[in-house]
Amino acid sequence: MVKRRVKFTFPTDQITDPVIYELGHRFKLVTNIRRADVREDMGWVVLELEGSEDEIANGLAWVAETGVRIDPVSGDVIEG
Amino acid sequence: MSHVKCLRCRGCEREYPVEPLNACDFCFGPLEVEYDYEAISEAVSRESISQGPNTMWRYHDFLPVDAELALDMGTGFTPLIKAENLGRRLGLENLYVKNDSVNPTFSFKDRVVSVASAKALEFEFDTLACASTGNLMGAVAAHGAKASMNTMVFFPADVEKGKIVGAGIYGATLIAVDGTYDQVNRLCSELADNHRWAFVNVNMRPFYAEGSKTLGYEVAEQLGWTAPQHCIVPGASGALFTKIYKGLNEMVDAGLIAPISTKMHIAQAEGCSPIVEAYNLGETEVRPVRPNTLAKSLAIGNPADGPYALRTIAASEGSAVMAMEDEIVEGIQILAETEGIFTETAGGVVISGLRRLVKNGLIKPDELTVAYITGNGLKTQEVVESAIKPVHITPSYDAFEEAMAGR
Repeated sequence: MVKRRVKFTFPTDQITDPVIYELGHRFKLVTNIRRADVREDMGWVVLELEGSEDEIANGLAWVAETGVRIDPVSGDVIEG
Repeated sequence: MSHVKCLRCRGCEREYPVEPLNACDFCFGPLEVEYDYEAISEAVSRESISQGPNTMWRYHDFLPVDAELALDMGTGFTPLIKAENLGRRLGLENLYVKNDSVNPTFSFKDRVVSVASAKALEFEFDTLACASTGNLMGAVAAHGAKASMNTMVFFPADVEKGKIVGAGIYGATLIAVDGTYDQVNRLCSELADNHRWAFVNVNMRPFYAEGSKTLGYEVAEQLGWTAPQHCIVPGASGALFTKIYKGLNEMVDAGLIAPISTKMHIAQAEGCSPIVEAYNLGETEVRPVRPNTLAKSLAIGNPADGPYALRTIAASEGSAVMAMEDEIVEGIQILAETEGIFTETAGGVVISGLRRLVKNGLIKPDELTVAYITGNGLKTQEVVESAIKPVHITPSYDAFEEAMAGR
């Protein structure tokens, strides 16, 4: 079992979608939300995923397919 | 010795020991170095700083590294030039250019890597690494060479050739990734979890970012211990922008300069301007974008320090300004033709952004303004190649006269 910290950013048309619920159910992942800011037209959630490496990889691929943006937390994007 | 007290979460304010960490275990927020400012105030004076080396390490009391461990390659204390020609062109009487393109690897990244690599040695890492849009990898490779460390640099495969050569020559292992910088950064984030490497902009980030403050200290000292009325800074992650302002304020707190009223302006390119867009909409958060800009060193779609950059704009009553894509090369040319400084695309964004600020009346003609030029044009020659047109002649007197007659 491994843990991965990620940030999901939701576009306006997906704010009401239960993406995190489905991620947990479809891929046998424990989802643990630590920080979030959800507004009418935009939202982000910082969370930890726990599960097998394969489940995490497949789960994140599915989230990306839905149109939600995924960024790492342990290395938030900074200029290089 | 350094005056660091601890690392502190910028989100929930939890305290952490001074270790190679960059995210809070509780809320996963970014960590920032916290100092003992009383000790700094007692340790520094204008005289003590003036007697220091002619590099950024003259400000070591404000940095999270012990002075004796400083990896000093001659970075910093770069020229602050009174830009009279450029000022005339833009309508400014009191314009200065901070020319940071003359650092050892020709960009301001030497400042942040100087701090991060010294800290990596202190933490006994043997490998220095980074995710890079180009400039950073040169700085990491050079500092890794100087520190006798292994060096691994990861970058999007489409970065300018000059930047790849400028890192490879120092003996770094070059990893060209078929993807955007955001994707490279995600990869490095995973690698940092599984390899004991000092990723300067991942697990060394709290220390790395502090190096940018020196661009604030230097300008204040070079202006005769005073702060400018306006600063215009290129914006990628927003970290450089926020740290320059932090640097100016730290000088006030240490009693080195009088309280400041500097307005901070951030400049981004049209093809990647999430901070400008958030500013224009009056937002406090930044919406990620997919970068598509000529200014590759600014191509960060989800700027980690975006919200903090917006706070800096608000606190300083500054602004965010966009340079159109077709104005980037023009900005590079204007600076080169007026001041003899050849900058890269980020500098073109700054100059074109500055022109817009003046045009819109946000900067008055007599106000003391500093434009930060952070990278050298020799690294990104491809972008201006088409603007350079030699007169081609056969080796004869007549051919020369004929060619010149038509001009």
